Amino acid sequence: MSKEHDKGMTLIVKVITRLTVGLILLYGIYIVLHGHISHGGGFAGGVIIALSFVNLMLAYGRDVALKKLPKSAMSFFVSAGALIFLGIALLGFSGGYFFLNFISKGEPFRLFSAGIIPLCNIAISLKVGAGLFAIFVVLVLLKFEWEKKE
Amino acid sequence: MAMSNIIPLFVAISLLGAFIISIIGKRLKWLPDLIGSLTTLILLVLSLITVRIVATQGILVYNVGSWKLPIGIVLVLDGLTVFMLVTVNLIAFFVSIYSINYMERFTSKWKFYTLFLLMMAGMNGVVVTGDMFNLFVFLEIASVASYALVAFGTERHELEAAFKYTVMSTVGTLFILLGIVFLYSYTSTLNMADMANVLAQKGMSNIVVMVSILFIVGFGLKAALVPFHAWLPDAHPSAPAPISAMLSGVLIKSLGIYTLCRVFYNVIGINSSLSLVLMVLGTLSMVIGVFLAIGQWDFKRLLAYHSISQIGYVILGIGLGTPLGIIGGLFHLFNHSVFKALLFLNSGAVEYATGTRDLQKMGGLMTKMPITGTTTLIASMSIAGIPPFNGFWSKLIIIIAAVQANRLGYAFWAVLASILTLASFMKVMKYAFFGELRNKWSEVMEVPFFMKIAMVILALICVVGGVLFISNINEIFLKPASDVLLEGTKYADIVFKGIQ
Repeated sequence: MSKEHDKGMTLIVKVITRLTVGLILLYGIYIVLHGHISHGGGFAGGVIIALSFVNLMLAYGRDVALKKLPKSAMSFFVSAGALIFLGIALLGFSGGYFFLNFISKGEPFRLFSAGIIPLCNIAISLKVGAGLFAIFVVLVLLKFEWEKKE
Repeated sequence: MAMSNIIPLFVAISLLGAFIISIIGKRLKWLPDLIGSLTTLILLVLSLITVRIVATQGILVYNVGSWKLPIGIVLVLDGLTVFMLVTVNLIAFFVSIYSINYMERFTSKWKFYTLFLLMMAGMNGVVVTGDMFNLFVFLEIASVASYALVAFGTERHELEAAFKYTVMSTVGTLFILLGIVFLYSYTSTLNMADMANVLAQKGMSNIVVMVSILFIVGFGLKAALVPFHAWLPDAHPSAPAPISAMLSGVLIKSLGIYTLCRVFYNVIGINSSLSLVLMVLGTLSMVIGVFLAIGQWDFKRLLAYHSISQIGYVILGIGLGTPLGIIGGLFHLFNHSVFKALLFLNSGAVEYATGTRDLQKMGGLMTKMPITGTTTLIASMSIAGIPPFNGFWSKLIIIIAAVQANRLGYAFWAVLASILTLASFMKVMKYAFFGELRNKWSEVMEVPFFMKIAMVILALICVVGGVLFISNINEIFLKPASDVLLEGTKYADIVFKGIQ
């Protein structure tokens, strides 16, 4: 077994996590992309995406999870998500109104429909996914540093 | 493009500034200062433009995403909104200039500016929105940013104060949310203008009384009125000085007083019992705040208690409900923003130079820090109500309005609180700036350039602030704001008819 597997939980948890974590991430992406035609959306999907990384961190320890999604990448995604969302809203000025749905709405209940709403969902999922994982990491890291002092 | 496109910019520009700083400010050290000052400058210019727009074109209504009035979110630009926008953005601009030098002492300046601009977005949003739930969302944005800013120093007492502030403020927010839920279930709409129409048709009922109580507790907590003030004396002194200036100067006003006015005057509709509650709470804050302030030895804590006391004046003036009272209250709101922001910046300057906030350890600083000393003197005289500074005029108007409305008791308490304010600021001046210079302060230097310039300009506004009441400026700045409140629930018709 490689050295990175020394940390984290037992082998059973690790194997199960290895099998499911990809599916969880994929499910999150599915929820985000189908936000405008079914339940869920940017926030719910973002939470599920964040949970897949949280799951990774719980099973394998923080080093593995932070290698997949470093802290600098997290803060970049949080800001980028917000900027994309704001950018979409500002692009509405091209049609004369803030937040105007300026893209063609398309046929209802198709994946490519509803104008800017899927794009907004993607922006929100970036912000929520990275943000929620960042909050989790901060709570965990604070605890580690506190334990070191003890 | 229509003129009303300016309204969403107040939120969009501050958010844009915040997230640009957060994405690249970490690597480029000079960038946060530049974007922070530039963003607030643009907002200040835009808010001054809106004064002109409303004076020439009347009330503007903006449909976000081109969804029409009762369905979508509307942003409304009327006299009161313009008044608050100018107040908020004026103070924010000088605070951000001051922060250029002051925040050098803290690490990660870019986080400070990001949170600062997020708070700005929240405050501007609360002021421009015409939708009840939207108001709640912006209120939360501003509040959450301010929790983090109070804890910015991450020392033990700062974290403690921020935690206390977070818990109490969250409770207040929940009261507001519950009030909005009840109103929504009663009126089936979230748009303020539509809500006012429905409430006028359905008339008063117990649920409206319940909602009024919830809002008084919730918004009163945000405004730090007296039974709900306990978080303020901890939170405001613990924040870095520019943030104390923002919190005391504009946050409690835009989240507390503005919302109270807007909801009670324009949506629910004021009546004699509500007006009485506001006046009693205002007088209580006024008197209890100043009594608690007078015994303080921590410079910033003393200022924080005075904020409670001065907020009392504003609420008393607005609660009187007479035209003169409302003008006096709003005028005092503007003046208090200026001189209290200045006083907190002064306290920050003293702390920057000497490293202490304890008045007993200072003394004779006037000789070493003449600009800080003089501006503090001007601000102290303003807050104590000495003519010809701006604080005198607004307090005078409030007291005259109380006498005119035959509320002599309230006028008496207002005069008494003013005298006690004078006493406590004489103490500040005597212990901090006059008297003998101690040996350990012989090396003290005056603060850097940007801090000086911010303080000097705010002091100038204090000196000429009384001008605002001269008829021409009054006509375009204060009077439209008080007219909005006097119209009461006619607000709904005006918004529905407004230029879209």
